[in-house]
Amino acid sequence: MTEIAITTGKHAHEAGASIGIWGWEIPVYLFLGGVTAGIMVVAAIAILQGRDKKWPAAANKLILWAPVLISAGMAALFLDLSHKLYVWNFYLTFQITSPMSWGAWILVLVYPLTFLLILATFKKGYPDWYAKGESWIKASPLGPYIKWLYKAIQLAEKYKKIIAGATLSVGVLLGIYTGILLSSFGARPFWNSAILGPLFLISGASTGTALVVLMARDHGERSFFTRADLGLIATELFILALFLIGLASSSQQHIEAAKLVLGGTLTPAFWIAIVFIGLMLPAFFEILELKGREIPKYVPPVLVLTGGLFLRIVFVYAGQVSAWAAY
Amino acid sequence: MKKAKRYGMVIDMKLCVGCGACVVACKTENEVPEGLHRDWVVEEVQGVYPTLSMNIRSERCNHCSNAPCVTSCPTGASHTKEGSNIVLVTPRKCTGCRACMASCPYDARFVMPEGYVSKCTFCDHRLDQGMDPACASVCPTRAIRFGNLNEPMSEVSRLLKSRSHEALIPEAGTDPNIFYLS
Repeated sequence: MTEIAITTGKHAHEAGASIGIWGWEIPVYLFLGGVTAGIMVVAAIAILQGRDKKWPAAANKLILWAPVLISAGMAALFLDLSHKLYVWNFYLTFQITSPMSWGAWILVLVYPLTFLLILATFKKGYPDWYAKGESWIKASPLGPYIKWLYKAIQLAEKYKKIIAGATLSVGVLLGIYTGILLSSFGARPFWNSAILGPLFLISGASTGTALVVLMARDHGERSFFTRADLGLIATELFILALFLIGLASSSQQHIEAAKLVLGGTLTPAFWIAIVFIGLMLPAFFEILELKGREIPKYVPPVLVLTGGLFLRIVFVYAGQVSAWAAY
Repeated sequence: MKKAKRYGMVIDMKLCVGCGACVVACKTENEVPEGLHRDWVVEEVQGVYPTLSMNIRSERCNHCSNAPCVTSCPTGASHTKEGSNIVLVTPRKCTGCRACMASCPYDARFVMPEGYVSKCTFCDHRLDQGMDPACASVCPTRAIRFGNLNEPMSEVSRLLKSRSHEALIPEAGTDPNIFYLS
């Protein structure tokens, strides 16, 4: 028997060991970052493949939501900072060993690329909004400058594929970074697996695909992306299995971390919220839908999106519970 | 070139009585706010009565030679003092993202009421004046010894050569610089 008492108090007792480092903000940010990465990857692939007729939602509508969601994610990230007025320090330096520094700069690349793709696709994706915006600008004092906008749109359309190529690479980087951010913390055994990079990227792609399914009006597009999502869900389940095998066959601390979700306190959260609600259930509904059963069309994609959020919540929490020291 | 200093502490668990003077001295010297601590005392009891053994350890930042809190910091706020292994935080560069706290296997860092992250500095302001850290200087049993581990004839180096010792969680791979004599 070992009993450990901290006789003079350790600051950490206030926060409950190390659990209090990050609250809800970081999982929400990682989720929205993952969805944005998924959007960038899916939209870029649709554009690169020249499928704007076959996949109108993926090629023309989807990308609009990338800057919106990443901004919401960055707002959550900002709320998490405890020394908020000093946030600009992220952009006065680049720290090559810090995934967070990489992330800060990757986020900066997301905006220009997605804005250019929006310029190139907005007219086709949202014709009504485009017409309204156009007449609004013409009537406003900015009216005389609208030719600059036309010029920008023309240029963006001309170089659409090159921009989409860059968007694809940055989307993949963003998706992987949201996982590596956690996996680089050797002090938290549950996170300390590089497979978190691919896991979060695939989960992000799956949530991006779910958004296409939500937006698509065309039956062919819906069923294609439903099938694609099924593949992504299968891949995610496979990676989760590899993740657990990796932890369970590593050092004692990693085995203890694996035990958290293999019989320990986080077992229900992991298996019910992530695996059942977030992966198995939507996969089941998607299979039924592809077989021609009538499934309420919002159910599978909403479940996938919910599962993506659960994945981040459980992982961010579990990492903070797992530790090298017993106190 | 002058060899970099590797400051470390050697703490004798046979001498430490767990009085907590080190904790109080640190709080006073560094004006650490209420509820927060740069060092703390751990009592570890093993066995079942009547066969018991007990270790008492005064713990703090290990000023690791391979400090993950420095490599994970996105702004360079968390850094090592030039020419040594002393890990410090520059408040005006710190955004309070707490990546350093997530990366520390010893949970030696905390957020100040102002929002920036803080920790043990080995009292570098005292070292500059040729004094020991406050915790070492007040220890009534002289259990805490401080010095340069790169200096073969320093007291800490000689203690490590002559006594059996352990570091805390060396397997976390951070190359810690606080050692406990057993």
